Amino acid sequence: MSGNGRTKLVLGYGTCGIAAGAAAVKEALEREVSAGGYDLELDIAGCMGFCFREPIVEVFYPDGRSVVYGDLTPKKVPQLLQAAAAGEVLEDWVVRRSDDPTAGEGDFLANQHRIVLRNCGRLNPESIDEYIALGGYEAARKALTTMTPEEIIDEVSKSGLRGRGGAGFPTGTKWGFARRAKGDQKYLVCNADEGDPGAFMDRSVLEGDPHAVIEGMIIAGYAIGATQGYIYCRAEYPLALKRLDIAIDACRERGFLGEGIFGTDWNFDIKIKKGAGAFVCGEETALIASIEGKRGMPRPRPPFPANEGLWGKPTNINNVETLAAVPWIIANGGDKYAELGTEKSKGTKVFCLAGKVRRSGLAEVPMGYTLRQVIFDVGGGVREGKEFKAVQLGGPSGGCLPASLLDTPVDYEAITATGAIMGSGGMIVADSSTCMVDLARYFLSFTQAESCGKCVPCRLGTKRMLEILTRICEGRGEPEDLERLEVLAADIKAASLCALGGTAPNPVLTTLKYFRNEYEDHIFHHKCTAGVCPALITVKINRDLCSGCGACAKICPVEAITGEKKEPHSIDPEVCIRCKLCLSRCPEEAIYAE
Amino acid sequence: MDGETCKCSQRFADVDDLGPLQEILERYRGEKGALIPLLQDAQEAYGYLDEKIMRALAKGAGYQLSQLYGVATFYTQFRLQPIGEHLIRVCHGTACHVAGAELISEEIYNLLGIRDGETTPDRKFTVETVMCVGACSLSPIMIVDEDTHGKLKPANVRKVLKRYMGESEEREE
Repeated sequence: MSGNGRTKLVLGYGTCGIAAGAAAVKEALEREVSAGGYDLELDIAGCMGFCFREPIVEVFYPDGRSVVYGDLTPKKVPQLLQAAAAGEVLEDWVVRRSDDPTAGEGDFLANQHRIVLRNCGRLNPESIDEYIALGGYEAARKALTTMTPEEIIDEVSKSGLRGRGGAGFPTGTKWGFARRAKGDQKYLVCNADEGDPGAFMDRSVLEGDPHAVIEGMIIAGYAIGATQGYIYCRAEYPLALKRLDIAIDACRERGFLGEGIFGTDWNFDIKIKKGAGAFVCGEETALIASIEGKRGMPRPRPPFPANEGLWGKPTNINNVETLAAVPWIIANGGDKYAELGTEKSKGTKVFCLAGKVRRSGLAEVPMGYTLRQVIFDVGGGVREGKEFKAVQLGGPSGGCLPASLLDTPVDYEAITATGAIMGSGGMIVADSSTCMVDLARYFLSFTQAESCGKCVPCRLGTKRMLEILTRICEGRGEPEDLERLEVLAADIKAASLCALGGTAPNPVLTTLKYFRNEYEDHIFHHKCTAGVCPALITVKINRDLCSGCGACAKICPVEAITGEKKEPHSIDPEVCIRCKLCLSRCPEEAIYAE
Repeated sequence: MDGETCKCSQRFADVDDLGPLQEILERYRGEKGALIPLLQDAQEAYGYLDEKIMRALAKGAGYQLSQLYGVATFYTQFRLQPIGEHLIRVCHGTACHVAGAELISEEIYNLLGIRDGETTPDRKFTVETVMCVGACSLSPIMIVDEDTHGKLKPANVRKVLKRYMGESEEREE
C-alpha cells in the first residue's frame, strides 16, 4: 500500500472505529503531522475486523512491513508519529505485525481466510483508484467482455456459492431462474437490510469495500439480464450509504455504470433505496413491497420474485456478502472457491463475533471450521477467563448451542441439524452470567415486535410465546408451560407465511433442548442461576469486601441500602427492587446477585 | 454524519411553513414508488411527521392520507410526535442485551423520569430503545444525537448525560 517510498498511516474509519473515538484520533493525526512537519502519508480505511481494539492505525513502512496498533487515543498520537517516522515499533501497543504473525493478536487474522473481506481495512473505501490498483473491476471487465451470461452463471454454480443472507440457496441456480424468466425488464436487488441484532458484516463490507459489492452487482446484472440494480440499505447505516453514494458516482464517471459500460453495448445502473426500519424487510417479498413504497409485508410464494418481483417484473435478490464474493470467483475461477469448505457448503463465511468473546470483531473462515475454532482460535475464547456457556447463532431466527456442540462444523446442513441456523453470521458468545430463558425471551420480544401482523400464527403465536416466557422470567411460570411452548413453536413454524415466523421459535426450541434445566430452575425452584431475572434474585453485599464508601446507597433509587460510613453496608431485601444499579457502582465489587 | 459532530443546535423547519415540503415533492415528482423517500425527507426537514405535513404530502403527491399513515406507522424510523432537543438511543441488540442494556435504560429512566419513547416535559431529551446499531464490540452502547458512548456502565450514565444538560447545569468532568 505504500508505493512511493513514504511511510503511510492508515486509520480504521468504519462505524465501529468512529464509535470508539477514531474521529478524535484522526484530528490529532492531521494536526500533529503538520505541526511536527513529519513526512508521513495519512489515509483512512474501513474496518479491519479488530473491533475489540478500536481505534486502530496500521503503519505501512516503505520496505513493505506493516504494524497494526490498537486502543489509540489523541494523547498517544505524538508517540505513534515519532515511532512511525523513525521506523521503530512500539512493542507494547502492537495488535499485529506483518513480519511476526505471532505478535500481539496476530493469530486473530492468521486463523482467518479472507475473500469477502479481502480489501476491508486495506483500502480507502472512498477511492475508486485504490480499488482499481488492487485489481478491482477487472472481474467485471472480464465477465462483460469475454464471457456469456451462461458462462458466468456456470462459473458461479461451479463455485458452490450459496446465499449468505441466511437461507443458503445456491446462487448460480437462483441466477439461472432469473436468466430464464421472460420479461422486457428485469431487476437486480442487493439486500443490505441487515436487521439481525448482532450481525454487522454487511455494514462492514459496505463501509470498507463498497466497490466489491457494486462490481458483484454489475456481474450479476449482466448474467441475469437486468439493466437496473437497487441497493436496499438500512437508513441506520449512514456511513455505508454515504460511501455507496461516493462509489456509485465514481463508477458512473469511469463508465463502469450507466450506458455502454466497459465499452460494450450493455447498460446497467444502480439506485439506492433507504430502508425505514423493519426487520421483516429482509424477507424478499417484503423487501420488494418496501421498494415499491408500501408497508413491507411478505406475500405467499409462488410466484417467486424470479418470475414476478419488483413491479411485477423478474427480480433477483442477493445479499451483500454473496455479491461481494462474486468478483473474486470470476477473477479466480469457481473451482478455486470450491476448494474451500465442505461437500455442500463451499467457500468462506464471515462471522460477527460479539458478546462475551475476548476478541469481538469480524472473522472470515472457510466453511467446515468448527465453532470451537472460530470462537477460541480466532476469537480468543471467553472474556475474563470465564467459562463458555453458549453461542447464539443466526440472530432471532437462530438458536443457542451449548459447549457439547462446539465441534459442530460451520456448514449449512450441520448447523441446521442442531436446531440453529447459519443465518447471516451473527455469533454471540454467552458465559455464566447470561440467563438462557431471558435470552429466549429477548429474541421473542424482538420477533413479536417485528412481526408484520399479516398472518395469524406469527402475529398471535409469537405474542403468546412471549407472554409465557415473560411469566417464567418473572417467577410465575407454570409446570405446563414448557409443553405449551413446544406446541406453539411447532404450529408457528409450520403455519407462518414467511421465514420470520417460520424461524421465530428457534431460540426457544434450542434453549429448551439444550438448557432445559434453566427453565426448570425458574419454574420449579424460583431460581435464576445466572442472576439475571430480577424477580428471582437477591442482591447482596459481601461484608468482607465492603469498605463502607456509601456509593451504592447514593445510587439506590429506593433507599434500600443502609450502613454507617466506613462500615459494611447491607441491603433490605424487602425494599430492594433488584435494579442492580449498585453493582456497577461498587468500587470493591462487593455487591452480587444470586 | 461523519465523526462526532453534535447536532443539538439543528433547527427543523416549522410545520406551518410548507416551502421545504414543496421542494421535496418536486424532487420525487414522477418517480415510481417514492412514498418512503418522501416521508424520510419530510421527516428530515421537519423533525417529525405532523398531521399538517402528512395532509399536504398526500395531496401534493396524489396519495390517500390512509396510505401515508399506514406506511408511516409500519416503519420504526417514522415519528408522528416531535422529539426533544437531544435524542438518546439505547441499543438493545443482542450483544448489548447480554452486556446489560436493560440496566442502562433503567438508569436513564431513573435520571430523566421518563420511559421508552417519551420526552421530558422541558423538551430537552427523548429516549428510545433501538435494535442493533452494529457496533457490538463496544456494547452496551447509547447514542446521544450523533455521539456514540460505548462500554457503558449504569454508574457512568449520569456523567454522559450531564454533557447535554446545557449551560445552566454545572459541568462535572
